[in-house]
Amino acid sequence: MDDILLSISQLSVAVEDKEILHGVDMVIRKGETHALFGPNGSGKSTLLMAIMGFPRYQVIKGNIAFKGKDITNLPLDERARLGIGMSFQRPPVVRGVKTLDIVAACLKGQGNQESIDKLAEEANMADFLGREINYGFSGGEIKRSELMQLLAQKPELSLLDEPESGVDLINIALIGELINELLEKNHLIRDRKHAGLIITHTGHILDYVNARTGYVMIEGRIIGEGDPHEILATIKEKGYKKCIECAK
Amino acid sequence: MHRMREIKSPKTYKDKAKAASAKAAALGEDVDVSAYVSSAEEQPYQDDPSKLPTKTKEDMLKVGIILDNTNQRSGTYIQMDNTPVHSSSGQEGIEVMAISQALEKHDWLADYWWRAVAVDTDKYTANVELSQHSGYFIRALPGYRTIYPVQSCLYLTKARLAQNVHNIIIAEEDSELHIITGCAAASSEEAGLHLGVSEFYLKRGAKVTFTMIHSWNPEVAVRPRTGIIVEEDAVFLSNYVIMKPVHSLQTNPVARCIGDNAVVRFSSILVAPPESNMDLGSRVFLNAKGAKTEIITRAITTGGNIIARGYIEGDAPNVKGHLECRGLILKEGGVIHAIPELKGNLAGVDLSHEAAVGKIAEEEIEYLMARGLTRTEATATIVRGFLRVDIEGLPPMLNTELQRAVEASEKDIM
Repeated sequence: MDDILLSISQLSVAVEDKEILHGVDMVIRKGETHALFGPNGSGKSTLLMAIMGFPRYQVIKGNIAFKGKDITNLPLDERARLGIGMSFQRPPVVRGVKTLDIVAACLKGQGNQESIDKLAEEANMADFLGREINYGFSGGEIKRSELMQLLAQKPELSLLDEPESGVDLINIALIGELINELLEKNHLIRDRKHAGLIITHTGHILDYVNARTGYVMIEGRIIGEGDPHEILATIKEKGYKKCIECAK
Repeated sequence: MHRMREIKSPKTYKDKAKAASAKAAALGEDVDVSAYVSSAEEQPYQDDPSKLPTKTKEDMLKVGIILDNTNQRSGTYIQMDNTPVHSSSGQEGIEVMAISQALEKHDWLADYWWRAVAVDTDKYTANVELSQHSGYFIRALPGYRTIYPVQSCLYLTKARLAQNVHNIIIAEEDSELHIITGCAAASSEEAGLHLGVSEFYLKRGAKVTFTMIHSWNPEVAVRPRTGIIVEEDAVFLSNYVIMKPVHSLQTNPVARCIGDNAVVRFSSILVAPPESNMDLGSRVFLNAKGAKTEIITRAITTGGNIIARGYIEGDAPNVKGHLECRGLILKEGGVIHAIPELKGNLAGVDLSHEAAVGKIAEEEIEYLMARGLTRTEATATIVRGFLRVDIEGLPPMLNTELQRAVEASEKDIM
């Protein structure tokens, strides 16, 4: 179907020769938002990094297709230019490189100072444009900065790695708004082109961003798929143990 | 037209220089001064520096010297080989002239001669004393502030010439002086030797920013000898940029904070292409209460050798010093050797340093690639950022010019 944006089939991924993901399947269509739950170390971030194409994450089996094209062996930067973007959980500090420089790079020469200022204001990051990227940023500032960059980049598929972790309650609403803008939640469902895959440990972000499908990942496998709010309620009530039992 | 006057130093300096004429320098490869010629044809004086040859002007522009429109300069001094070919001041209270002319004008200038740099430091200072070829004198009168920077250029055209210059810069009380100095070789291959003695005197409450850009060639040896004396509440900011090949550069300027709350900052941007050898340091002595210093070095090797030294010594109450050296090895074969040193002689001094040498972190490159930049673009962005030292206190225009000089050389690095 031509509305399929991302199609992952039987994906196994190793990091430094250790297999982390074992045969993951996933399909995300245009306009959809999916949520990925799972305990620490279950392989959620590995999945995002493998979709984005970081060389350390080696695909040892299966494939990844984006907009109908097999991207399993496509370099990281080409995937980004094809329309995949990522909000990092712990992005590196790049000394000397200003936030403004990266936002400008994300705009691919399409923006001007006015559009950058507007984005920065929206993300409450106006005071950070002149600062070195991620240097001395608080948890919330990092998340807002990451989302500001993605809003400039406008990827068709956004991979969001725990966008609410380390964010206080006041800021989480803003984070939610930024994600909703990124995923075109203000458009009619049929008009939405952008999709998202959100890793959430606590599920707090789902109070602000609607997701269509939820997955539970345990030990590198997706063991369940369904309504994200129901999944979250089960996890909250019974913990991941119950999910593991259900899967057996 | 101004004719160069013979510079007469007191006999004691000549005697000391003669005694030190074979004295090897403490650091750096030994340069045989006798292998260079000391005389060059006199060049015609130019009242209007825009009439200098186009190639000369282009070479000078690359080191920050603007000759076609000097409206945005408070003064200009141009020396080609041994001849001062132009000097002018465009602002009241700012003096810019050849040192020989200054010695004629100001009897008292002899009192500043070899006070910040010892004449018998080594054979290079001795050689400058014994065989001097002018140099510049720049002075801001008390309370005067340069609106635009003063520019000075020392330009080497004759093959195998030893250019021996002695410069004196005086910022009188509560004055402000911004200087851009460009030193360049006309040829991309002829050998040459540049020996430059620079003595800075900052009186109480004065501020000097000194931005120096060097552009030599793989056959030129350079031995600047610089001393800076900083009085109470005065601020000295030095920015040094070298991004073109040089056969051998060794310099280790010394700043002495002799007045309370004096401030000194050295920022250096060094890029060493293959076969370049750079040994560059900065030394600051915090000798008065509340004096502060910061020494920042960014070094990149694309195959050349860099020794980046830094030395801070504090022996007065409440002094503070920080030394930061970061080095990037972009290509195999290059060496960066960081030597930070701190010496405290009193309880309560606050001295610190950080030094890091390595390659660009892969994680940083990949972060930018995830935003759609190619590996080359990501590397260039990081290198550009690495070389961007935002210098506190530097007027925005100077900062812009400094960045322009850095960016102009980026393509050579990549």
